[in-house]
Amino acid sequence: MRRLLGGKQVWGLGVLLVALAMLAPLFILDRFTTLEWAYVWLFAIAIVGLNILTGYSGQISLGNGAFMAIGAYVTAILVHDHGWPYLATIPLAALVAGVGGFLFGIPALKLSGIYLALATFTLAIATGPFIKHYGTITHGHEGIVLQQASDPTGAGLTSEQWVYYLCLVIAIVLFLFARAMTASRTGRAWRAIRDSETAAAASGISLAYYKTLAFAISALFAGVAGSLDAIVTAYVSPDSFDLPLSLGLLVGAVVGGLGTVAGPWIGAGWAIWLPYFSQRLKFNGQGIKPDIAYGVILILLMFVMPQGVVGGLWRLWGRFRGTRRAEESVEVLDQPTPSPEAEAAPTVR
Amino acid sequence: MAAALLELENVQAAYGSVKALHGVTLRVEEGQIVSLLGANGAGKTTTLRAISGTVKRTGGIRFAGRDIGRASPEDVARMKIEHVPEGRGTLAQLSVWDNLRMGAYVRRDGNRIKRDYDRVFQYFPWMKERRDQVSVTLSGGEQQMLAIGRALMLRPRLLLMDEPSLGLAPLVTQEIYRIIRVINDEDKVTILVVEQNARIALRTAHYAYVIETGSIAVDGNAAELANNESIRRSYLGY
Amino acid sequence: MHLTFLALDPVGIIQQIVSGLAAGAVYASLALALVLIYSSMEALNFAQGEMAMFSTFVAWTLITQLHLNYYLAFAATVLLSIAGGVVLERVVIRPIEGAPPLVVVLVTLGLFGIFNGGAGLIWQYVTKSFPSPFPYGALVVAGVGIGYADLGLIAVSLVMLLMLYLFFSRTKIGLAMRTAALYPDTARLLGVRVSWMLALGWGLAAGVGAVAGMLIAPLEFLDPNMMQPVLVYAFAAAVLGGIESPLGAVVGGLTVGVLLALIGTYIPGAREISLALALAVIVVVLIVRPGGLFGRVHLQRV
Repeated sequence: MRRLLGGKQVWGLGVLLVALAMLAPLFILDRFTTLEWAYVWLFAIAIVGLNILTGYSGQISLGNGAFMAIGAYVTAILVHDHGWPYLATIPLAALVAGVGGFLFGIPALKLSGIYLALATFTLAIATGPFIKHYGTITHGHEGIVLQQASDPTGAGLTSEQWVYYLCLVIAIVLFLFARAMTASRTGRAWRAIRDSETAAAASGISLAYYKTLAFAISALFAGVAGSLDAIVTAYVSPDSFDLPLSLGLLVGAVVGGLGTVAGPWIGAGWAIWLPYFSQRLKFNGQGIKPDIAYGVILILLMFVMPQGVVGGLWRLWGRFRGTRRAEESVEVLDQPTPSPEAEAAPTVR
Repeated sequence: MAAALLELENVQAAYGSVKALHGVTLRVEEGQIVSLLGANGAGKTTTLRAISGTVKRTGGIRFAGRDIGRASPEDVARMKIEHVPEGRGTLAQLSVWDNLRMGAYVRRDGNRIKRDYDRVFQYFPWMKERRDQVSVTLSGGEQQMLAIGRALMLRPRLLLMDEPSLGLAPLVTQEIYRIIRVINDEDKVTILVVEQNARIALRTAHYAYVIETGSIAVDGNAAELANNESIRRSYLGY
Repeated sequence: MHLTFLALDPVGIIQQIVSGLAAGAVYASLALALVLIYSSMEALNFAQGEMAMFSTFVAWTLITQLHLNYYLAFAATVLLSIAGGVVLERVVIRPIEGAPPLVVVLVTLGLFGIFNGGAGLIWQYVTKSFPSPFPYGALVVAGVGIGYADLGLIAVSLVMLLMLYLFFSRTKIGLAMRTAALYPDTARLLGVRVSWMLALGWGLAAGVGAVAGMLIAPLEFLDPNMMQPVLVYAFAAAVLGGIESPLGAVVGGLTVGVLLALIGTYIPGAREISLALALAVIVVVLIVRPGGLFGRVHLQRV
């Protein structure tokens, strides 16, 4: 395995990008854009979690939006009905969502591939009606309105800037945590399971433990993202957590590059900003619905570059530098090999 | 020399990066039964696959003078070459009748197809009675007969058979080979048979080739090969 | 939870069963479309419902904008859908034939978005009403009123199922399609163009979906999201019956329809969480008996 970029260089690049992200709202971005980028950071948290589940441990989930819903509603209910300070709700939201993920992960052990996709697909569709059904707790279809989050530090930040930093910092912390996990023995176990369950089990890896752990962690991350979503939007409703949300997460993860380190960030940016741009293109007097853009780009991506943007770029970089076989794993900061789906991708006819 | 029905010239084939045929050259004259013999893994099955287009191959393959080196399996079937693969390719979940119908899939001459069903039933009367039986419940010998019946429904010019004796008791094998001779004789079908059982193959065939690690080692008139003790010992194991 | 149905109300129960069968016939049809595609390429078409919805909108346009006679529009829509399904397979699915499940899932999800967004773009989100060819009112048999609409729905579905059955068991092409789905390699040796059989499978599935959509549209209102719950129930039906078994799809669909009708009526509050119930059915069946009622249990390739 060759190192194409030295470890130090990539860390340096990361620090530079973080610094840029920290300074941008103060000097470059307007209020609207700052708010949109806050969404990008919280979406990135959810996608990092999904990346662990689908990219690293190989379990397809079309339903992580449900776990975001759990986190969002825990925060909303605690703040609105029980007067909790919103920051304190975040860990609890994460925990509840994580437990939910673990519980779903248990029956999910018996499902694989397309059947797991089906079960999680149904989970995503069932979430909204489920929330509406238990209206006494969840306030049903009216949703819950929260107060706008404001800067408690006295530094004079606008509401948008405050939530931007809140999301960014939490995203970076959780990202580092995820990085630590995927680089550790747990991460290697996940990758082994993804590549071949029978081989992994044969070498003594407990499938049940690691697979449910992956579900729990990805749900935990989604829960944090949901909680932040409630805080940033200051509103939750059953319709916010529908199928398109879950699909958006998965598509973001795939577009960015499953099983890559940088992929989730690219995917999050894509997921939040694509609808904005697609609305600018007019057809029949209306903007092009993001679904259509998602769909077309997703399909084209599957034909041309199933490894996603980041995965694809690493391949191109590898070819450019003369590393011959595209299947050769590229190591940057112990970056794992692209997922088997990508390896088996057919060439364009 | 007049063109044979089937000519292979320096045919090479590979499964991925593993090369299986290193240059096979052989001819099958029209009306003959030709036997392709050899040990396991020598390349017998791969040779048939090369002809029917189910494996990547290079080299000259000519059928009735036409180059078929690039043809897909569907096209090969339309040229009236029937390949009965290893394991007979029985359409297990379908009935005997449906298997026979699929044999005639590429044909368009409806009336003659009907007459051909009758002919197949003449060869194998049990098929008429048990036409609705699901073919996976047939015995090995019956499945082989079904494969032959299905092949006949195509009215092939060339029949490629992969180890018809596989898994069959000796008496059943003899019956199958008797049928092969009859088809060759009466229906004028040219047959290329791949076999491990060299004895019965040489008794039935007119001509034979022996393949060893991907290329032809020895060939000759089947009777002469059968009588040549040293060839039998070195190549055919008996 | 009151078990009110135990208070014997045979008329009510029969009526619920009949309307359950009618809804179930629609689920069965869509489930059949799913089974058609699954048995030929081991992939679930998540976009099946959206394709059906799109077809139904096309029918709506033919009827209300172009003022076509209902029956003519129905037939035209089915034919257009079949053609559309074939084209879709050739353009979008063929390049990924043989790719791993995740890739196929994502492509069908992409189609989901395109059809859903496309419908919203072309026809907007104002709900529309879709005409029904069946008369209002009910047939009264032994004191039980059975709606003509329900009966008509069941009848049309039965006719369609019969036609499909005859197609697959009697015709040469139907046989070739079955062979291509079960034994693609041997099928090629017999001269079957397997790739085109796949395209035809998609075409038929699209046609069946269109019928399902046009049958249910008069009951729900026509809007771009109308088929999503139906798709979930169809998945539940297909899984319950056996994802590769057409008979299973039909039995599964009817069962799901009747169960939902009975549960919805007699257990308070169950109607809203029927989608969650469908999820439970799917998960439980896949864990306990992955082959469903009629399927063979076979190894899943991840």
